[in-house]
Amino acid sequence: MIKSNANKIIVLTIGVLLVVFLMWASTIFGLTKVTTQTLVNSIYHFDGSNEHIIIQQARIPRALIAAAVGGSLAIAGAIMQGLTNNPLASPSLFGVNAGASFLVVVGISFLGFTSSGSFTWLAFAGAAVSSIIVYVLGSMGRDGITPIKITLAGAAIAALFSSLTQGILTLNESALDQVLFWLAGSVQGRDLDVLIGVLPYLILGWLASIFIGKQMNVLTMGEDIAKGLGQKTLLIKIVGAIIVVLLAGGSVAIAGPIGFIGIVIPHISRWFVGIDYRWIIPYSGLLGAMLLLMADIAARYIIMPAEVPVGVMTAFIGVPFFIYIARRGINE
Amino acid sequence: MKKNVSFRLGKLSFLINKRSFITTVGLTLLIILLMIVSLGIGQMKISPIHVVKAIFSASTDMENLVVQSFRMPRILLSILAGAALAMSGAILQGIIRNPLASPDIIGITGGASFTTVAFLALYSDRSNTLTLSIHWLPLASFIGAVVIGFLVYFLAWKNGGIAPIRLVLIGVGVSAAVQALTTMMMLLGPIFTASRANIWITGSVNGTNWTEVATLAPWILFLTFILFVYSRRLNMHDLGEELVTNAGGFVQKDRFILLLLSTALAGGAVAFAGGVGFVGLMAPHMARRLVGSSYGVLLPVSALLGGTIVLVADLIARTAFAPLEVPVGVFTSAIGAPYFIYLLFKSRNK
Repeated sequence: MIKSNANKIIVLTIGVLLVVFLMWASTIFGLTKVTTQTLVNSIYHFDGSNEHIIIQQARIPRALIAAAVGGSLAIAGAIMQGLTNNPLASPSLFGVNAGASFLVVVGISFLGFTSSGSFTWLAFAGAAVSSIIVYVLGSMGRDGITPIKITLAGAAIAALFSSLTQGILTLNESALDQVLFWLAGSVQGRDLDVLIGVLPYLILGWLASIFIGKQMNVLTMGEDIAKGLGQKTLLIKIVGAIIVVLLAGGSVAIAGPIGFIGIVIPHISRWFVGIDYRWIIPYSGLLGAMLLLMADIAARYIIMPAEVPVGVMTAFIGVPFFIYIARRGINE
Repeated sequence: MKKNVSFRLGKLSFLINKRSFITTVGLTLLIILLMIVSLGIGQMKISPIHVVKAIFSASTDMENLVVQSFRMPRILLSILAGAALAMSGAILQGIIRNPLASPDIIGITGGASFTTVAFLALYSDRSNTLTLSIHWLPLASFIGAVVIGFLVYFLAWKNGGIAPIRLVLIGVGVSAAVQALTTMMMLLGPIFTASRANIWITGSVNGTNWTEVATLAPWILFLTFILFVYSRRLNMHDLGEELVTNAGGFVQKDRFILLLLSTALAGGAVAFAGGVGFVGLMAPHMARRLVGSSYGVLLPVSALLGGTIVLVADLIARTAFAPLEVPVGVFTSAIGAPYFIYLLFKSRNK
């Protein structure tokens, strides 16, 4: 764990540099390897050659999207873990991603939506609906939110939405073709326009998450203590939930449901900076971006020339981690 | 009026609770009635009397063909699969001691889905024909269910035992992982395989033939028989670990055997009917409402209710949007999920 604030800032800066480095790597490596020189040329002296088109149309959007989505999901996970006091909380396990995907599939099959831009609002709505349901179900009763209750509620809602999604897809094969790759979670083949459309919401979420850190610290001491210290706990919870919906819903709209980043990264951040959410949140953002960039680069090489959806990669990384936490015990 | 009636036959004797007895008989009659109704409804409508005639006659006219070769196997498979899933869920709820446990949530169904999709994707060639006989498919999904069941079991093992909460959490995690693998397999195979796999994952009994029924039935009956021998133990587990130990039972050994039974039942059902969701959750609860929580009667009543649910859901699935067929799993989820939410709401103070 890093103790002094000065060192935390230094490591944070190194983190930013690492993200930039990985974004560079993401544009360079792949089936068509390009040099840094070509990358620079494609930006300043675009000549329409194959390599330049690949860089401009595929690689750069992909790197930017991976960084933005990875960071957003990780921050959403960190906030969820803080709000629910549950180390296993994350957008994928609590059904937020499944809810967002469900409404997007409804949009494609019944409302005739085709452009990814129109998915955004559906994804937000889906994320909001499912997180509200899961939170309400998980916090009902005298003892409030317990990890087991909210995890089961999340699993059930995720199961519900995914079986409904499958039900729609069995009736509509052309939609299946269209959304299958999206459903697996992938940052490949997405237009930069989609990112640009969602970016304002993501930035709003990022900024808000940085300012909520201090309040989260108070809240994690326990609801009673937080209230005793004069915090409006309900307000903080609502703001936190809105951030989660913006970040997780926005990520799903861009890249489909990518799991496990939201659960793994906050724990790694805690390992770096302890329990202070003012630090956990920015660290989670950077580490999440790094993880998704790395997973995406690795996804290109595993079954070359085809690609593994990056959501599958993150599941491979995340599940052992999840099991480790579940085994360690959720109350420790 | 006495609540119980004792039944004696030589050395064998047991108490029969009147209410349970009436419920069981009532449900059996209900299933038979529903079968006759369901046999008659479809693209070709057949009156109930003709249905009964067609079941027992050996002639080869159209009505007989439809009833005996098309609808009957499908209906029997629905009942068997529903019963198996319901019993599997009842066992899990007993050992995990949480009313929300079910084979779907701890990953058993997910494991079966993965191996099925892998089978469809890996063994089909470019022209979308399977290179291996489709008869191996149930085996593949069965293996998937059992392997994932045990993986979850061993990963949840710590300090010489299984804690129910850990079992659920690890089940949730592992099912997320197999879901990712399933999606990858669907992407690797051709789109034709993907849509077929998707129907299977949702759960469907469309196109069942007698061979499938004949394969599944002995398996389910065999497991049911073993399960009834074990139902006594399940009663103890429902009351808590300490009680099992005090009463001279072996907590971990029993859990292992019961989990094995539960997995085998769910695996068998999923292998033939696909991932029909939420039946394993709903049926045991309804049964508990009707006859209380003694497993001796809870299990048969759950099984009957499970069979009824899938039978009715399939009847709706194949007639409501005719000529389009909706996979039965869509309907069981559509009823099951709100029910689940209701359960969560009810158990909020436990």
